[in-house]
Amino acid sequence: MSIAPHKQTPTGRHTLSVLVEDKPGVLARIAGLFSRRGFNIESLAVGPTEHAEVSRMTIVVNVEDTPLEQVTKQLNKLVEVIKIVELDPAASVQRELMLVKVSATAETRGQVLEVVNLFGAKAIDVWPDALTVQIVGNTDKLADFLRVLEQFGIRELVQSGVLAIGRGSRSISERSLRPVAVPAPPAAG
Amino acid sequence: MSEQGASVTGAQSLIKSLEAAGADHIFGIPGGAILPAYDPLMDSKIRHVLVRHEQGAGHAAEGYAAATGRVGVCMATSGPGATNLVTPIADAHMDSVPLVAITGQVGETLIGTDAFQEADIRGITMPITKHNFLVTDAAEIPRRVAEAFHIASTGRPGPVLVDVAKSALTAQTTFDWPTELSLPGYRPVTKPHAKQIREAARLILASRKPVLYVGGGTIRSRAHRELRRLADLTGIPVVTTLMARGAFPDSHPQHLGMPGMHGTVAAVAALQKSDLIVSLGARFDDRVTGDLSSFAPNAAVIHADIDPAEIGKNRYADVPIVGDIKEVVTDLLTVLEPEVAAGRTGDYQGWITFLAGIKEKYPLGYDAPAEGLAPQYVIERLGKIAGPEALYVAGVGQHQMWAAQFIGYEHPNTWLNSGGAGTMGYSVPAAMGAKVGRPDATVWSIDGDGCFQMTNQELATCAIENIPIKVAVVNNDNLGMVRQWQTLFYNERYSNTNLQKHGGPVRIPDFPKLAEAYGCVGLACESADDVDATIEKAMEINDVPVVVDFRVNKDAMVWPMIAGGASNDEIQYARDLAPKFDEDDL
Repeated sequence: MSIAPHKQTPTGRHTLSVLVEDKPGVLARIAGLFSRRGFNIESLAVGPTEHAEVSRMTIVVNVEDTPLEQVTKQLNKLVEVIKIVELDPAASVQRELMLVKVSATAETRGQVLEVVNLFGAKAIDVWPDALTVQIVGNTDKLADFLRVLEQFGIRELVQSGVLAIGRGSRSISERSLRPVAVPAPPAAG
Repeated sequence: MSEQGASVTGAQSLIKSLEAAGADHIFGIPGGAILPAYDPLMDSKIRHVLVRHEQGAGHAAEGYAAATGRVGVCMATSGPGATNLVTPIADAHMDSVPLVAITGQVGETLIGTDAFQEADIRGITMPITKHNFLVTDAAEIPRRVAEAFHIASTGRPGPVLVDVAKSALTAQTTFDWPTELSLPGYRPVTKPHAKQIREAARLILASRKPVLYVGGGTIRSRAHRELRRLADLTGIPVVTTLMARGAFPDSHPQHLGMPGMHGTVAAVAALQKSDLIVSLGARFDDRVTGDLSSFAPNAAVIHADIDPAEIGKNRYADVPIVGDIKEVVTDLLTVLEPEVAAGRTGDYQGWITFLAGIKEKYPLGYDAPAEGLAPQYVIERLGKIAGPEALYVAGVGQHQMWAAQFIGYEHPNTWLNSGGAGTMGYSVPAAMGAKVGRPDATVWSIDGDGCFQMTNQELATCAIENIPIKVAVVNNDNLGMVRQWQTLFYNERYSNTNLQKHGGPVRIPDFPKLAEAYGCVGLACESADDVDATIEKAMEINDVPVVVDFRVNKDAMVWPMIAGGASNDEIQYARDLAPKFDEDDL
């Protein structure tokens, strides 16, 4: 009989799309689960979906020691979690939104705006000594953008979690909401 | 069933819902926020057992559930009433006990204001429940109760808490018992995959050193008959975990006993030296595996469990099987029976002989102390005299391990204990709940003197509510298991484990007197000569609870033992005595 080796632990970042029932406390349940099981969340974004009663979370998880399988299995045990799909970066579109307040005087504003245009970003608030810029992109693009802006002086920034959706025409929320029959109570005694 | 669509208060709707869900007993204590529910409860056919502490209510509901296989129900008020349920809820979560806890919550407008007796019990119990609800709309009450019972009792059983705001209990509503539940995220898989079953059967027949590693899931899924057929058909040796004692008869020749930290040498060896572990509703707990990296190094694993998250959590599974154990074993039998009939059986003879040799060479045993009473002897005699039809409910510690080792179990649901959580104080209230669920059975609480002092107030409940349990206090005046570790690992420095006054001649409290004060019969026994007569006397008293104070030697230790975190290879049969495995025989 062969001896099966213990499976190697996969490491690195994974993007999970989690469909959940839109009920109070569901975010606390998920955050609590990650915390007590020692899973590491890199980012989390929640919002409504095309179904009124369903919310979608995009969770980027970094599993160094914990196999991703344990993360998804534990998530699936939560009664309000309907479905979990891992989105492969190659087969999905992933975007983050960032707002950056950058120093921009009369002398530097032109240079800043040049960078903004090069990255396809957008100035959304202009003041004599500063400029607030909005940029949408993946993690790498946002990091590059910040690296170039740094020289002008970044005063403040705020960033969303990753939003991700699979490429192609299929939807992950095509689902059945079959009801469950209430079982008859067991006979007494 | 109660009339559909009737105009009722939320409180009436709650009681009607509990009736509709099949609850016939509730263990609880009223208080401000839950008070409205207690009024209709007075007219209900449900029997409410008024306990003395909410922890007692929770463990009683667990004991009821573990003894009967039905959902246990407990009820408490908001704030401290609810937080007192936290320990039994956590206990039920660890041991997969179907439990529904109903708590009152402050009125909706007061929630979040730090109101009197307010605690966020839904938030507090999120990590220790299978699911929980906060109900603020009276119209939701029937649906949430139906969902709670469904979730608690299906799939991997567990505790569900329903927190109901007082304003919902007092509101006017209609009672509509649902016919369907909408739980899109909850669909437990019970039917195993046929391909996995075939692969498991193939491995079973090809292996030379297989072992059936039977866990508590076998008891919860009532799969003991199927397990017996599988064992008889294949001849494979069986080990039963602490949670599975009774799932397979101790008298069966293939049964090697309990594995793990205080398991038998044969059961530990059967896992450790096997080439195939067939795990049936077990979860490779650290108390079973010891050091994981050196656990059963040559074994392939077939891991069957109703909870997919258990499979591969601690040990890689070569053949994962998600399903109810009863269905898994039934399907395995369907594949294996024709194979065996056609003469294709596994060749396990060398392995069986090897294990039989270990079992014979290293049986469970103990040395009688030079003076005083051996606790193991007390438990051994209790098992012989009360017999395998009785229920045994242990606390946590040395007495629990001896009760697991020396009683002798023949039937499922006759051994109740706090396995995963290790909750001292479980025994007396759980025995009470078990006796309520199985009134015709003899129910023995086997408790330590430390555990007994955590929850013995429920003796009052037992005496008043006519629940005649029997309690054997294995009293060594010490927190025995902790003392054992201090003996072995802390140079006999006994820090805070002596529960008596140092050098004092009087025991505090006097347990027989305490029993009498609670309206129970109190007995004491100090010598081996009196053990049988004392147990027989206790067996004859069936109208009131009995407490027997067995004053035992404090130096007795639980053997065999694998030190915490050590490899199963390091098992000690007795102190400084490692067993020798003659593996050349294999």
